[in-house]
Amino acid sequence: MTLPIFYILAMLSVFCALMVVVARKPVHSVLYLIACFFTIAGHYLMLNAQFLFAVHIIVYAGAIMVLFLFVIMLLNLNLESEPRKSVIARVAAVSTAGLLFLVLLAAVKSAEPVILDTSASGVGLVRHVGLKLYNEYMMPFEVSALLFLTAMVGAVKLGRKEATHS
Amino acid sequence: MALFLEFVIAGLLCIGLFAILGLVLVLMERKVSAYMQIRLGPNRVGPKGALQTLADTLKLLSKEGLTPRGADRFLFNLAPFVAMIGTMLLLAPIPFAKGFQLWDINIGVLYISAVSSLAVISILLAGWASNNKYSLLGAMRSGAQIVSYELSAGLSIIAIVVLTGSLSISDIIASQADGWWIFKGHLPVWIAFVTFIIAVTAETNRAPFDLAEAESELTAGFHTEYSGMKFALFFLAEYINIFIVCAIGAILFFGGWMPFHIGNWEGFNRIMDYIPSSVWFFGKTFFLIFVIMWFRWTFPRLRIDQLLNLEWKYLLPISMVNVLLITLVAILGWHF
Repeated sequence: MTLPIFYILAMLSVFCALMVVVARKPVHSVLYLIACFFTIAGHYLMLNAQFLFAVHIIVYAGAIMVLFLFVIMLLNLNLESEPRKSVIARVAAVSTAGLLFLVLLAAVKSAEPVILDTSASGVGLVRHVGLKLYNEYMMPFEVSALLFLTAMVGAVKLGRKEATHS
Repeated sequence: MALFLEFVIAGLLCIGLFAILGLVLVLMERKVSAYMQIRLGPNRVGPKGALQTLADTLKLLSKEGLTPRGADRFLFNLAPFVAMIGTMLLLAPIPFAKGFQLWDINIGVLYISAVSSLAVISILLAGWASNNKYSLLGAMRSGAQIVSYELSAGLSIIAIVVLTGSLSISDIIASQADGWWIFKGHLPVWIAFVTFIIAVTAETNRAPFDLAEAESELTAGFHTEYSGMKFALFFLAEYINIFIVCAIGAILFFGGWMPFHIGNWEGFNRIMDYIPSSVWFFGKTFFLIFVIMWFRWTFPRLRIDQLLNLEWKYLLPISMVNVLLITLVAILGWHF
């Protein structure tokens, strides 16, 4: 039952990921990216990681992608205003990306497949994630919280209007 | 095969519920507004105007659905369906009566806040694809509004999650068997409830926060270019959203289908149990819907800067402090 669902989801995620790069309008790219995130959330659900599924949708599809859409819609990008790179730059970009893809493929090919029965252990459930986060990864968790606070202070500082000089 | 049949029945029930809720809620809105303004409201079609929305729906069905020139045709036609699908997904974890729930997922409330954050995507799509400045402005406003009010809605949901110690909706309802949280949780739960109601009113784009479709400045906001059934889908999604957020409010603060119980008064509790659980659920939900409609016909519309100030400078700090208070209450066991 789950195998055909997995294949359909996997095909959809690959297709959406490709369309992000291929789509001509930036807004379409962002929408394909949202669809791609949804299919990945579907994979999480199939691994019985329901907490990750919800958080993935809230953070990526709900918040970050909406900001992307905002920026792109406000900038009003279109084909005419898009900067055209020279031929050398394009060739260089394609070849480096292709090389990176080759390296990744080689790394994945030699990896040992690990088959884990996620349905029994409850790995992805809230309790498990919370225990891991607050026991083993306490320090990184706190430090990243501090990082977010810094980012927030920075955003407020940048966003505030300069005080009028008397 | 049995599983497939189950899916089909559940789907048909959802669609039926959508249609009935749409008809009932629109009529209710018009009757409530008429009552508040000392008018009669719809009173021509059917007994006391009960069939008015049916007639309106027929009119919308038979109208031509225009697509403006210069619009992004595919996205323009996709947006109403995205809005509908987003709302439909939200029905899955809602228990309409005792043991009457489609999907008892163990992260119920997180699932709801995840899926309800998708409403903004359909609105942004509709606004952008229409290729109209009013639509785009309305969509942008709506986006800013939904993204910011989601925070305090989420924090007030977390308040109840902290008290219950579970994200599952059936656990949250079970924890209210000896009294609803609004009675058990003292002042912090009251604060959470008030922020929740304000936040969801803003999230569903309703007056006094309906800046996304402020007709005096933006024509009709993001759905200016929509007509016929495509407009009706947006309209329906909006009303179903109101039902769903009120159902969530009823589940979190008023115990969902749980009857009104007082501590260990056996006799009183027994009598309350005779009222069917679905009546309790729909009664509470429709009471909250009435409250939200009451807002609409009482308060004047806010300005966009007032709206954002209210969230970021008042509601968000209050609900953050409130989560700390609730945690204190939960740890020290001050609730009943």
